[in-house]
Amino acid sequence: MLLILGADPIKGFGAMVQGAFGGVRQLSDTAAKAVPLLLVGVGITIAFRANVINIGGEGQIVFGALFATGFALLFPNLPGWLLLPGVLIAGFVGGAFWGAIPGALKAYFNVNEILSTIMLNIVAVQVMNFLLQGPWMDPGEIERGSRIPQTTRLAKQADLPLLIKNSRLNIGLLIAIVAAVLVYIFLWRMTEGFRIRAVGFNPHASRYAGMHVQHRVVLALTLSGALCGLAGAILVFGSEAHRFVTDGSAGGFTGSAGFNGIVAALFGGLHPLGTIPASFLFGALLVGANKLQRAVQVPGALIVALNGLIVVFVVSSDIWKRRLAQRIQLSTSRANEAGDEP
Amino acid sequence: MSEFFSAAALVTTIGAGIRYATSYLYAAIGETFGQRSGVLNLGVDGIMLLGAFGAYYVVLKTGDLWLALFVAAVVGLIMGLAMAFASVTLQAEQGISGIGFYLFGLGMSDLLFQKLVGTPLPISGFPELHIPWLSDLPIVGELLFSHSLLVYGAFLLVPIGTYVLNNTTIGLKIRSAGENPAAVDTLGVSVARVRYGTVMFGSMLAAIGGAALTTELGIFQQNLTAGQGFIAVALVYFGAWKPVGVMYGALLYGLVTSVVSQLKTLGIIPRSVSDLASMLPAVITILALVIAVQRERQPAALTKPYERGG
Amino acid sequence: MKRLSTTGILVLVFALVAAACGSGGTTTTAASGTTGASTEPFKVAMVAPSAVTDLAFSQSMYDALLAVQQEMGGESAMEIAYSDNLFVVDDAAAAIRDYADEGYDLVIAHGSQFGSSLQEIAPNYPDTSFAWGTAGETYGQPNIFAYEAASEEGGYVEGVMAAALSTSGVLGVIGPIEVGDAARYVNGFKAGAEAQSSTIDIKVNYTGSFSDTALAATAANTEIAAGADVLTGTAQMVTGAIGVAKGDNIPWFGTQADQTQLAPSIVVASQVYHWEVVIRQIIDLMNQGTMGAQSFVINLANGGEAIAYNPDYALPDDVKQLAVDTIKGISDGSINPPRPAAGS
Repeated sequence: MLLILGADPIKGFGAMVQGAFGGVRQLSDTAAKAVPLLLVGVGITIAFRANVINIGGEGQIVFGALFATGFALLFPNLPGWLLLPGVLIAGFVGGAFWGAIPGALKAYFNVNEILSTIMLNIVAVQVMNFLLQGPWMDPGEIERGSRIPQTTRLAKQADLPLLIKNSRLNIGLLIAIVAAVLVYIFLWRMTEGFRIRAVGFNPHASRYAGMHVQHRVVLALTLSGALCGLAGAILVFGSEAHRFVTDGSAGGFTGSAGFNGIVAALFGGLHPLGTIPASFLFGALLVGANKLQRAVQVPGALIVALNGLIVVFVVSSDIWKRRLAQRIQLSTSRANEAGDEP
Repeated sequence: MSEFFSAAALVTTIGAGIRYATSYLYAAIGETFGQRSGVLNLGVDGIMLLGAFGAYYVVLKTGDLWLALFVAAVVGLIMGLAMAFASVTLQAEQGISGIGFYLFGLGMSDLLFQKLVGTPLPISGFPELHIPWLSDLPIVGELLFSHSLLVYGAFLLVPIGTYVLNNTTIGLKIRSAGENPAAVDTLGVSVARVRYGTVMFGSMLAAIGGAALTTELGIFQQNLTAGQGFIAVALVYFGAWKPVGVMYGALLYGLVTSVVSQLKTLGIIPRSVSDLASMLPAVITILALVIAVQRERQPAALTKPYERGG
Repeated sequence: MKRLSTTGILVLVFALVAAACGSGGTTTTAASGTTGASTEPFKVAMVAPSAVTDLAFSQSMYDALLAVQQEMGGESAMEIAYSDNLFVVDDAAAAIRDYADEGYDLVIAHGSQFGSSLQEIAPNYPDTSFAWGTAGETYGQPNIFAYEAASEEGGYVEGVMAAALSTSGVLGVIGPIEVGDAARYVNGFKAGAEAQSSTIDIKVNYTGSFSDTALAATAANTEIAAGADVLTGTAQMVTGAIGVAKGDNIPWFGTQADQTQLAPSIVVASQVYHWEVVIRQIIDLMNQGTMGAQSFVINLANGGEAIAYNPDYALPDDVKQLAVDTIKGISDGSINPPRPAAGS
């Protein structure tokens, strides 16, 4: 594709790789990009295990960010050790709320979650616009008359501590990894999690065994949304600007993490732990692509197309992996059978 | 408030709502076929964008509207083939591969536009059809009988689609592939073939929907559809997988949108709550579904790839 | 878990390849500074939220850079790099940092959503000059310039013309969200129209989106239904409204760029931004050693804003004269369009 655009593909690819891994700052940019992907992806794995598709990620990220920002605006003078966890929890709750709504709608009114999540994505964006250009607008902006839709610089105590000085890598990374591990423990080692997986595996059998399918669906969507909300909070409080800025769209704030996170989850085999390296790699691809655009000066639209191609590649590769796994399984079982023959 | 109920305002509002719903309707009917056979295609928005660009470019370069429609249809068929390959043959996770196609279509349509066109240039769309005598009826004439061919095409798809699904053999095969693919298989019909067919057909319609959008607006831009494809998918659920229901959904969404817009223009909805009002179409769609408590189940095999021999 | 190890291996491979390719970082601190050696080209980079061919906001700055480059003598005198379509703020911030790292003399963050990030970035690169818009805030930093457009001025002039042209006495405005540049233009337009005619009725519709073209078309339709016979609007979705205006033969006033090519039959005039005025001043200041802490406004008086008339539109002479007079009045201060007021 690069050749068609008249750019040097080798230089471009080199730029891409260097852009993602070429230095400390580049690596930290990659990691920072990966954080929301990881959180969303882990949430997707929960939903998937319960046989629910959550494409409301964009809206849940936004809503989590809104709750977190609201918390910080309400209590700007809380000490850091209270405020920081406070905003993160608020983000978690905000996303949970926005995930619980489609969950409840599905469980109690049989409203399909694809419909409700798509609609709620739209609603979330408008709520964000309303708040940022109205009650939550930076008073400084109103004073200056420039009316940029953003909040004031949020309380310093809530800045996510940086892991590496002068980079954008903050403890959000640690939080995300911990979340992934916790989810793994939850799904595989705890009864509730087992129930979710069972429901997904065979809803009819589980109903027979008395497990409340409805509740599990609500729980899965709520948890998935909560993780997205947490990502939203991290996006705001770990951002360069330390405030909530909008350009009027969801993608401008989330970087389409709500969609890319889904892909990262698939790439990680729909397993919470697998999502960790997967989101890192995906983040690298995205960061590298931006750098590619700068290095060879092709239109920015290439990046989105590339994004899509990468996704399709990821999806197809998943098939080959599965086929490979199947074949290996088949041959090992055949070998076992052969061995068992007298 | 009285201004809203004046004849001019009402006619425009409803007419605009109908036109607004057109591209949704194409995509949603297409998706209905696909889903009835068991395949979920979330890439509709991307396919709409590619179809829209294809049509736009053809009109820009040749002025031939019918050629543009044809090109859009071909684009849709190709994308449908790819999607079907991924979902049916490769048995990829449908929800996710669909998102991939969406992102691809979004970026590719923009990239092609940037490279081949650059700054936006206008095109002319399909003219409004003038049906003798019917179009001249007062009020009703303008409301129902002064739309372009594409609008009528979309609404014609509803009875045609219903008939095909319910009264033809192919419709039976489609429905069975979605409900009980194993049974279909034992009868010697290839489930894969059916699904390839519906997905390609659905994609073709989505691309035509995109073409309808761009010719209606007379322009192409990055992300022209602004999420319409996703709403179209949502409408399939709203319509309980029946073309008629889907049509109601599209009309509801379109009409609420245009009504809200009219109310904003007239100042009846104050500017301070303008953003909140913008969410009404989405909210009302959900509410409508809640109130009309659904009893329909989704096609049993929806999103489940079918493998020969279990 | 096969998948885990596969992806893990992939990551490792990537990292190894990168380590082999990369030379340990692309950070070359901007040592060249701003003393502007006459042999080296002036390097300017631009980060934009939409395509540089959008016939609106981003294009206006890119075109300005190209124009100044021509004036200065071409590529040997001024090097331009750009990253467009960066509507994700954090991605744009990364781009800004990268350009600064690579030693660009001036990095332009062309988007009001980038300002708050710039506030954090600029202190880390004291040898680089930054400029951003549209706003007037330099955050007290010595190396940040700010620029804005007094779009209310052109809006006022167009409002006057629109009211003069209208026979129905109703005008229609289509906007995205009531913020920033869009709000300034709309408020200016309304004031100008009301100054021209005390009975004029202006319908304003903020659709809630900068990009939803179909929604803009619907809004235009509703305004025409409400009696509007002249339309205007701002933001990239406005092309949908122009399409409707074209179909109903309704005159259109544009802003941010010359929109004539979108509908040559009905576009009356457009307010065009000539950012060159600002760029020249910035470069001059930088050559004298000032790296920031100044803000600029483009307006009708300094030529940064201009009304571009569509030569193919038969504008009545008296209306044209009205416009000319209004421009003069604003430039010399006798006419006062609504300035962004505190607490508005």
